[in-house]
Amino acid sequence: MEKKLYTVTVFSENQVGLLNQITIIFTRRSINIETLSVSPSALPGIHKFTITCYTDKDMIVKVVKQIDKRIDVLKSYYNVDEELVHQEIALYKISSKKILARGIMEDLIRKHNMQVLELNEHYVVFQKTGHHAETQALFDELQTSTGVLQFIRSGRVAITKSKIERLSDMLAYMEEKQKQQSK
Amino acid sequence: MKPEIKTGSHALMHALLEEGVETIFGYPGGAIIPVFDALYDYHDRVKYVLTRHEQGAAHAAEGYARVSGKVGVAIVTSGPAATNTITGIADAMLDNTPIVVITGQVGSSLLGTDAFQETDVISITQPITKWSYQIRRAEDVAWAVSRAFYIARSGRPGPVVLDFTKDAQLGKAEFKYEPCNFIRSYLPYPDLQIESIEAAAAIINGAKKPLAIVGQGVVLGSAEKELVAMLEKADIPAACTLLGLSAISSEHPLFKGMVGMHGNLGPNIKTNDCDVLIAIGMRFDDRVTGDLKTYAKQAKIIHFDIDPAEINKNVKVDVSVLGDVKESIPAITAKLNKANHQAWKDEFLPYEEKEYNAVIKKELTSSEGKIKMGEVIRKVSEATNNQAVCVTDVGQNQMMGARYFKYKNTRSLITSGGLGTMGFGLPAAIGAKFGAPNRTVCCFVGDGGIQMTIQEFGTIMQEKLGVKLIILNNNFLGMVRQWQEMFQNERYSSTPMQNPNFVAIAQAYNIESRLVTKHTDLDEAIADMLSDDRPYVLVVDVEQNGMVYPMIPAGTCVTNVLLGDE
Repeated sequence: MEKKLYTVTVFSENQVGLLNQITIIFTRRSINIETLSVSPSALPGIHKFTITCYTDKDMIVKVVKQIDKRIDVLKSYYNVDEELVHQEIALYKISSKKILARGIMEDLIRKHNMQVLELNEHYVVFQKTGHHAETQALFDELQTSTGVLQFIRSGRVAITKSKIERLSDMLAYMEEKQKQQSK
Repeated sequence: MKPEIKTGSHALMHALLEEGVETIFGYPGGAIIPVFDALYDYHDRVKYVLTRHEQGAAHAAEGYARVSGKVGVAIVTSGPAATNTITGIADAMLDNTPIVVITGQVGSSLLGTDAFQETDVISITQPITKWSYQIRRAEDVAWAVSRAFYIARSGRPGPVVLDFTKDAQLGKAEFKYEPCNFIRSYLPYPDLQIESIEAAAAIINGAKKPLAIVGQGVVLGSAEKELVAMLEKADIPAACTLLGLSAISSEHPLFKGMVGMHGNLGPNIKTNDCDVLIAIGMRFDDRVTGDLKTYAKQAKIIHFDIDPAEINKNVKVDVSVLGDVKESIPAITAKLNKANHQAWKDEFLPYEEKEYNAVIKKELTSSEGKIKMGEVIRKVSEATNNQAVCVTDVGQNQMMGARYFKYKNTRSLITSGGLGTMGFGLPAAIGAKFGAPNRTVCCFVGDGGIQMTIQEFGTIMQEKLGVKLIILNNNFLGMVRQWQEMFQNERYSSTPMQNPNFVAIAQAYNIESRLVTKHTDLDEAIADMLSDDRPYVLVVDVEQNGMVYPMIPAGTCVTNVLLGDE
């Protein structure tokens, strides 16, 4: 089966050790995690994990079900790129001397729509947001023209295009369950 | 009413009482001393069993849970004690056994400092537990214990670890117990979907050659009666997985034996001949399916399970029926037509006959040469009127136990199915006897497995516990020997064993014991062993070259059944 990039989204309770519980499920199936981003979600006390990995459909379905099975995981699902609005952010540290000597600053800013975060006599720091290919294109260009002193790219963050809000639906369903049970 | 102030240790004991715990297995040590001190005040309300090793405590908790359906409990200290329970915890995870293991832990200020007897129990146990949690404050005890028991026993059961820091054991807090029955991130019983019930019923109603495969899910869901009602109404022959055995009586006319590597010929062959395969509370383990590429390809497959992660995990199914079998089976039965599949059922007969002539007859009735394992097991089973609990270790003794013991009552086979843990038998039998004190508990072990947990003779001695232990001694690691004979050109690498005098060891522990070497002595020795409820170790010298047949070599097609020399 064809391998492609999947984005797994996990909503969990804020419990110690959740990240380990999730990553070992990838480890057991020998799936490399490409990017990982963890942060509090919009709902208080609920954490959101965004994980990307290359695998096939059959496998990602199994992995997501196994993540979902962990007690403190509220909801886990997967998407392909077409179903998401997604973004990464990258920072680039370049020697000021080299970039000024080449006089390419304006060109770069116009072409890559990047920002300058810091500028001093030693170095300049650029920031670029975009898809992986876009941040990579800027890196490649800087690497060949001036060299890059430091480079860092964040994990992917993503929002679904769908009209269905799966976490809210799940929470509403569970709330209903609790009401039924306490009756 | 004002909540009482209790230490964490007393809160734990109280919480356990609230959860109905009557028996605790374990072993004390430095980081759990405050809990054992609290336990001292509860001797009148809780039976505490001191095993001789923490692995024994974990397996005993498993045996207790498997036979009784209640949650088994083990309490041990930190560090090496906690790691000693790991095998039992992993075993419980694979076999869905509800146990709660409470481990001591160093004080919370010492966590992460490589303190004396500190291990990172939570990280170690995360992959092999349903839930593991570290209690770091006395005020969290009630919450954590109620959650632990709810998680262990609800839905698809499993092990839970509570790692209890020493300062939390000693600290004081208000104690107010509320049983947990809801966690918003956990759905133990998926809702029945009416569409899948209807789809499954329609397929079964259209079947000419249906075959049911019954797993432990039926036992865990207490749906034995519901199962039989369904099978009888639609006249469906059924086979069990190893852990499904005893969900239906061995004598039931629709019972066709066990599937899998050492299962019965008929149901294995018919798996690839049926038109509808109805899998109930089983997980298509590789020891059941063999080669997945050739498994039941001709059949429509219906899968009943409580765990969504099991659906399409190994075998792609046509209809999945998610939910509690206690509800889903009757829901489908109501929509089934009465049927008669006599011609189809008759198709099993020639295979039963073939297996009897090629394998069973020799195993049970030869009076020449050395005693055979199957012969011992069937005789013990019959001597208990097929009413006993059969506990096995792992290896040939296990497969022979599963094949030749007969089951009248549910929860009558306790064996390490998923993990295949040698050393499981004896401590699990101890747990089972505490879980079902009025039943006869017969435990079959090999000479290899018994030596992995033989120290538990001490527990039997101290508790004067009426476990009937049958050591099937062939002075070999028999199952590996069998594979070496069949697949490794008879290169018996590390399988011959020089053994101690097991009778003398048992006697040293003040346990009555006897050695049997001749067919003619067997009946009388078994009768003597079973004459009352005293502990007993029966050592039987069995044939060295014994083989467990039928056998489907690992990873091959389920119809590739070897029967040995015909």
